[in-house]
Amino acid sequence: MLSIKELKAQVEGKDILKGLNLEVKAGEVHAIMGPNGSGKSTLANVLAGNEGYEVTGGEVIFENKNLLEMDPEDRAREGLFLAFQYPIEIPGISNSTFLKTAINEIRKYKGLPEIAAKEFLVLMREKAKILGMDDNLISRSVNTGFSGGEKKRNEIFQLLMLNPKLAILDETDSGLDIDALRIVSNGVNEFRSRDNSVIVVTHYQRLLDYIVPDFVHVLYKGKIIKSGGKELALELEEKGYDWVKNSELTAASV
Amino acid sequence: MTNKIGAKQWYLENFKIFESKLNGESESSFHKVRHGALRKLQELEFPTVKNEEWKYTNVKPVLNQNFTPAANLKFKTDNSILKQEYLFEGFDHHLIVFVNGLFNPELSNIGRLPQGVIVDNLKSTIKNRPELVEKFLHRSKIITAFDALNALYAYDGLFIFIPEGKALVKPIHVMYINGDNETNVLSQPKNTIIAESNSQVSVITNYVGTGSKNYFSNIVTEVFTDANAVVDLYKIQNEKTDSFHIERTEIHQKKESVFSHFNISFGGALIRNDINSTLDDEFCECNFNGLYLANDKQHVDNHTFVDHATPNCLSNELYKGILDDESHGVFNGKILVRKDAQKTNAYQSNKTVLMSKKATIDTKPQLEIYADDVKCSHGATVGHLDDTAFFYIRSRGVPSSIAKSMLIRAFVSDVIEKVKIESLKEKLNHMIFEHLNREEI
Ligand SMILES: Nc1ncnc2c1ncn2[C@@H]1O[C@H](COP(=O)(O)OP(=O)(O)O)[C@@H](O)[C@H]1O
Ligand SMILES: [Mg+2]
Repeated sequence: MLSIKELKAQVEGKDILKGLNLEVKAGEVHAIMGPNGSGKSTLANVLAGNEGYEVTGGEVIFENKNLLEMDPEDRAREGLFLAFQYPIEIPGISNSTFLKTAINEIRKYKGLPEIAAKEFLVLMREKAKILGMDDNLISRSVNTGFSGGEKKRNEIFQLLMLNPKLAILDETDSGLDIDALRIVSNGVNEFRSRDNSVIVVTHYQRLLDYIVPDFVHVLYKGKIIKSGGKELALELEEKGYDWVKNSELTAASV
Repeated sequence: MTNKIGAKQWYLENFKIFESKLNGESESSFHKVRHGALRKLQELEFPTVKNEEWKYTNVKPVLNQNFTPAANLKFKTDNSILKQEYLFEGFDHHLIVFVNGLFNPELSNIGRLPQGVIVDNLKSTIKNRPELVEKFLHRSKIITAFDALNALYAYDGLFIFIPEGKALVKPIHVMYINGDNETNVLSQPKNTIIAESNSQVSVITNYVGTGSKNYFSNIVTEVFTDANAVVDLYKIQNEKTDSFHIERTEIHQKKESVFSHFNISFGGALIRNDINSTLDDEFCECNFNGLYLANDKQHVDNHTFVDHATPNCLSNELYKGILDDESHGVFNGKILVRKDAQKTNAYQSNKTVLMSKKATIDTKPQLEIYADDVKCSHGATVGHLDDTAFFYIRSRGVPSSIAKSMLIRAFVSDVIEKVKIESLKEKLNHMIFEHLNREEI
């Protein structure tokens, strides 16, 4: 599904990603963990096509296509979705107008007809129910005046509505209380399937109790310095990042 | 027609023709107002950029042309001049139509009005209700030569009177259709809105252009909101792209009155608004909302002034603009809090988005505060559409053209939200996309 090779990227002239490699196959869930500032959001934004980040090297293949050449809207239409760490408020545009526009643009790209009004409504109700969102939230403007938790929930609502192939969740757990965390994780697990993949970016292990990953990677200073199974997350939680940092540095100096 | 004699001379000379056509009306006491204006215009010069208040707005193009006062002309207008698309739909209203500033009874549909309410034109009010005209129209301020020009040819315009305790349920929809195929017209409605104590009225003025010749709308509007009156005034300016539009709006507010103004500017080549409210009495509320959308080489200048003359009043001003191509905006928002105006709350915000490298804005908040117990804030920002929000929308599969439209809609939404007539909101959103040549969302 996704193959990242030696990816390098800059923000405002500063090197952030310094040769990152990652392979994600269909059906897999990968967690990317790492301390603040290690480049997790940068990776997520580069993959989604944020023009504020400059790719300076490497290659990303998504579903046999060169991802880095595509506009953000085409990446979305090809099936990539980023749940933002800080979702954006769009006053004056209702959630339903926003999603209907997005769904129809994606359908147009795939040569499909527009979604029928009724079908759209049914879909909205169904997905909103999974996330425990009431109708009022749906008719409101996108994220406008939403609490931090409501915004995160709305990102997962969008994920379920757009039903991409690959979902990248950037710190979706931050700002969520335990109940909200459970509901949101439940939404993500709903999305998981044999054909869909998830990259969960987080720096707490907590979320991974609910969204159990197949692989865990540690991102540090723009590189993945350790990979393992789901136990790695627990080990990190126990021993802290210093443990990998140090062991990795020792390994590197050998 | 280019100007061979100076603008001032041209308008002074044409006054003789105007006067000769007035017949019996020149006997009315209102004619004294015109003669006062005649002396004023002889004294005053039209403003130049050397004048601080007109620093960014050069009116030379307006003065370089000879516009003929509409009252001096005979128009062949047929009813097709009122196009369906001009009209705001989706709500019941009283419709009054002016063509080149002159009342058109055939096109108007004022309908039934409650006892004592007047929705009429100035010309017949001068005849029918001289005491009201005397009371409210004889003291109009003349500050610039444009004001003097308006008063000199004052002949027709909107006249609304809501007597004490009456609320007009339906809004008054005022259509001004300007322009002609043969003459460069000077259209000069003189508008008066009087809301007596405890009355309520909502007025939508809509300026549109027609015909092949360009024209000049030079308007004066006065609003009197007496104690506890609630007045909403929507101005939707959509003049022809090569026309000139200058309006002075003077608002006089008495105790506990609420006045809300919407100044929505789409059309015209050169637009200047002076909107002044005097809070003459305690516990007044004054809301100034503005949107200016400009493209090509349009020039839009909004000068607002809130005079907090008494304590305990609230003013709230929100002006937003989107400037594309080589358009130029000017915002000058003055707030004066006089020495006695303690417990004043005065807020002002001006935000402009520049859609092109060549679009420019000169924005100047001007706060003069002489009282000490006040809450005042002001802010002006100039920027571009938000990059992160733009990316966010595109990351959902939405193309950049629609993403931009969504951001435009988001930007204007807090002004649009204040519009109290639901179907007018949609219409305004539609007009914004149409004017900026953007995909509608
Ligand atoms: N827009 C930006 N402008 C400047 N520096 C940035 C920007 N975004 C990220 N950075 C810098 O890039 C580094 C990585 O940030 P980020 O990818 O957000 O880390 P993480 O998500 O792992 O906490 C940090 O040092 C951060 O300061
Ligand atoms: Mg981050």
